[in-house]
Amino acid sequence: MTSSLLRAMIALLGADNVLHKTEDLLLYEFDGSVEKARPDLVVFPHTTKDVSGIAKLAAKHHVPIVGRGAGTGLSGGALARGGGVMIVFARMNRILELDLPNRRAVVQPGVVNFDITRAVEHAGLFFAPDPSSQRACTIGGNVAENAGGPHTLAYGITTNHVTALEMVLPDGEVVRVGTNHGDVLGYDLCGLFVGSEGTLALITEITVKLSRKAEAVKTLLAIFDTVESASQTVVAITAQGITPAACEMMDGWTLRAVEDYIHAGFPRDSAAVLLLEVEGLREGAEAQAAAIEALCRKNQAREVRVAKDDHERDLLWKGRKNAFGALGRLAPSNYVLDGVIPRSKLPQTLQRIQEIGKKYGFGIGNIFHAGDGNLHPIVLYDPRDTKQFERAIAAAKEIIRYCVEVGGALTGEHGVGMEKNELMPLLFSDADFDLMRRLHDAFNPDSSLNPGKIFPLSKGCGEIRVRREATPAGFRA
Amino acid sequence: MTVAANLGARLERILDARRIVTAEEELQAFAVDGVVPAAIVRPASAEEVAEVVRFAQSENLAVIPSGSRSKLEIGMPPLRYDIAIDTNQLQQIAHFDAGDMTLSVDAGMPLRTLEGTLAAKQQFLPLAVPCYETSTVGGAISSGIDSVLRQQYGTARDFLIGAEFVDGTGKLCKSGGRVVKNVTGYDMHKLLIGSLGTLGVITRLNFRTFPLAQTSGGYLASFASSEQALACRASLESSGLPFTNIEVLSPEILSIISAILRSAGTEMPPTLESQGWCVYLSYEGNLAVVQRVTNSAANIALATGAAQSLPLETQFDESLGGMLREAYEWLRWASPSVLLFRIVQPQIGKDDLAELANLASVSSLRSALLVRAAGVLYFAVLSEAEDMAAQEALEKVAASVFAHIGKQQGHATLLHAPELLKFRVNVWGPKRVDFEMMRRVKQAFDPQAIFAPGRFVGGL
Repeated sequence: MTSSLLRAMIALLGADNVLHKTEDLLLYEFDGSVEKARPDLVVFPHTTKDVSGIAKLAAKHHVPIVGRGAGTGLSGGALARGGGVMIVFARMNRILELDLPNRRAVVQPGVVNFDITRAVEHAGLFFAPDPSSQRACTIGGNVAENAGGPHTLAYGITTNHVTALEMVLPDGEVVRVGTNHGDVLGYDLCGLFVGSEGTLALITEITVKLSRKAEAVKTLLAIFDTVESASQTVVAITAQGITPAACEMMDGWTLRAVEDYIHAGFPRDSAAVLLLEVEGLREGAEAQAAAIEALCRKNQAREVRVAKDDHERDLLWKGRKNAFGALGRLAPSNYVLDGVIPRSKLPQTLQRIQEIGKKYGFGIGNIFHAGDGNLHPIVLYDPRDTKQFERAIAAAKEIIRYCVEVGGALTGEHGVGMEKNELMPLLFSDADFDLMRRLHDAFNPDSSLNPGKIFPLSKGCGEIRVRREATPAGFRA
Repeated sequence: MTVAANLGARLERILDARRIVTAEEELQAFAVDGVVPAAIVRPASAEEVAEVVRFAQSENLAVIPSGSRSKLEIGMPPLRYDIAIDTNQLQQIAHFDAGDMTLSVDAGMPLRTLEGTLAAKQQFLPLAVPCYETSTVGGAISSGIDSVLRQQYGTARDFLIGAEFVDGTGKLCKSGGRVVKNVTGYDMHKLLIGSLGTLGVITRLNFRTFPLAQTSGGYLASFASSEQALACRASLESSGLPFTNIEVLSPEILSIISAILRSAGTEMPPTLESQGWCVYLSYEGNLAVVQRVTNSAANIALATGAAQSLPLETQFDESLGGMLREAYEWLRWASPSVLLFRIVQPQIGKDDLAELANLASVSSLRSALLVRAAGVLYFAVLSEAEDMAAQEALEKVAASVFAHIGKQQGHATLLHAPELLKFRVNVWGPKRVDFEMMRRVKQAFDPQAIFAPGRFVGGL
């Protein structure tokens, strides 16, 4: 990092918006993943013009750039794998426009996900994608990673809720894609950029759809004595053609940890619970809840509880959404995996995960979006024990490989990032990589934007400038 | 003519002769806006498609893929067109996991055939597109045409979960997967939706499927003015009730529909044979939900000043719903010369409808308007003549419609126009700010511009 770039950044943004001392930079070398990489400079733009100026300066100095929201990502997407300038969008956090009659909001990337809902709930509206980190994570990060959450089962993931983007390309050019309302004319560029993990452009403004709250919501907790019967229930619900608003599973190992911490009312002696939610018109929701309850009982649920009021419902969800925090009490660190499988393969996959856990000497917990086949096995480990960490990585790889074997994919919502880029060849051929690379190069020709992500380093985009010391020991095939 | 000279013979080096057609009358059937290819190929596998594309690339020949060819006139006339790739031999269901509600199907599969397979498992794909009886799944995606179920089920981008296609370098590529939630790699399959074959030849598509509803309902209300009909629509949309479709029909639309239905032996309910504007609704669910929505719809229609309103008897609802699904098809042939626009506009008020009708009537032309969900408007300008003067009048209207919509922050596409006019009017309207981004995408997929050159937005 040259001091002339530092001086130029300070001249552009002011000293308050530039971090360069090692002790400040240390805060930005982690995200929610097990990876680690330190930027050389952290900058805080306030406007799109700032972002464009930053990109131009970085390009002039041939330094890579990476965008970052709240840093809650779980695949290393917002880590500076190639060093360079990290653009933190925390100070671009304004809701620019609310169009309630047309159910649209125009927001800056640093707006916290849940703040959108907070701003519109008085009108009976909400922003549907609800990752567990929704009270901290930012919409810019959600768009980059195409984030999901429990309620995306019925509502769809981030890409289904974004209609237009303003972006800055690596050379500083400001571009717009999509339309605030209605269909686009031409290629669905918004569909390409959402979920491109910050490798094509820096997102500076987002138009999102707002959803209307359902008239009736019913939340059920089904309690099971075996994981097998819980997962069979999920298969039965899907096969019956019922799409709940959410269908979450937590195994006994996990729910005991959660219960000790949150006291949500999960029975400590059960083997698994399903947290199910149906919604819609009263008449529809009640019928669906009854059908689900019958299916749970038919599949050996010990008990099915229906939340009596909002308080009970909130408590159940609090237990679910804080589960990862609760696990922090059990081990120095945990590794949350993210794989996705056809829902019909759920029972056999959960079985296999347990076997893999045994093989590597870990108890593996499961807390996940069962309704859409999106698994989150959790491996508890001690990062100070290098051998144990390596075993955790090996177990993770084997689980993801199994997901692919049964017809699934590498990631349902966390993204590829630098966690799984070396596993990409499990799914994609050289021809697929060639095309993805050409698309990448069409917008990010020098790989200056978020280098070392998505693509396996061996099949990368031109010269990926990855400092060896900045490359963690994580996933390497 | 050098291309045509021995193209068939050269293709025979890579493909079985039975899969190659060069007979003139068959070639005519594959013409796009009057541009006739020199050969038709009927590949039997994705690998054969890739062979053909590699051949086209090496000889710098232009390729247009098609299914049932029902919507091939969407887009500009191609600048070049040498080989037609007929996908009708690709009809396999590669995978249907009813328990997972996911489907992987070849591009040439007819929607009607697929419907039967899915219905056997009480499931369906919400692609209710025009020319439904012949349309292939690949054509439905590639044309990007509206499904009448979009109010509830969204557009293809909401349920297409993966695709396989041959890119412009002749390689078989894929994007997405077969699972309902997946963020692995770039979502390239979304780019294929509505791309008119300009990015690749789609060989297989993966979808999430949906459960068939227990029962459904339909409702029709008529109003003295468009203002009342639009107020009814707004009130319905903000009611939170689950509608699969809400459409506003101008009196002209209603009279065209009545005439077509009558010729097929179905009469409109006499109370609705008025000159007014109509709002059509459809919805589904269990019996209690359908009953409740019917009652609420009646109340909303009454409150917004409906002259007449009634729940539709199932058989008639199916006929009318089917007609609305096919609107693109019959509006094209509603008079001797027709301009059919698909307009997307943030908000549609009575003045917008009046202004559009006015743009036609200043040239002494009739018009018909159909407002669909999500700010989509079908606007047909109807001319009784086909002569030069009629064409000139239509050309003038087209220019004024594009200019008007540009001012409304919306956009318009001319889906149908007399063939000659298509060489004089840009059916996509003026170039937009994101054109340069689209050009880069096209360049990445099809570096030599061999796929349907000139057909797409901005001449891509």
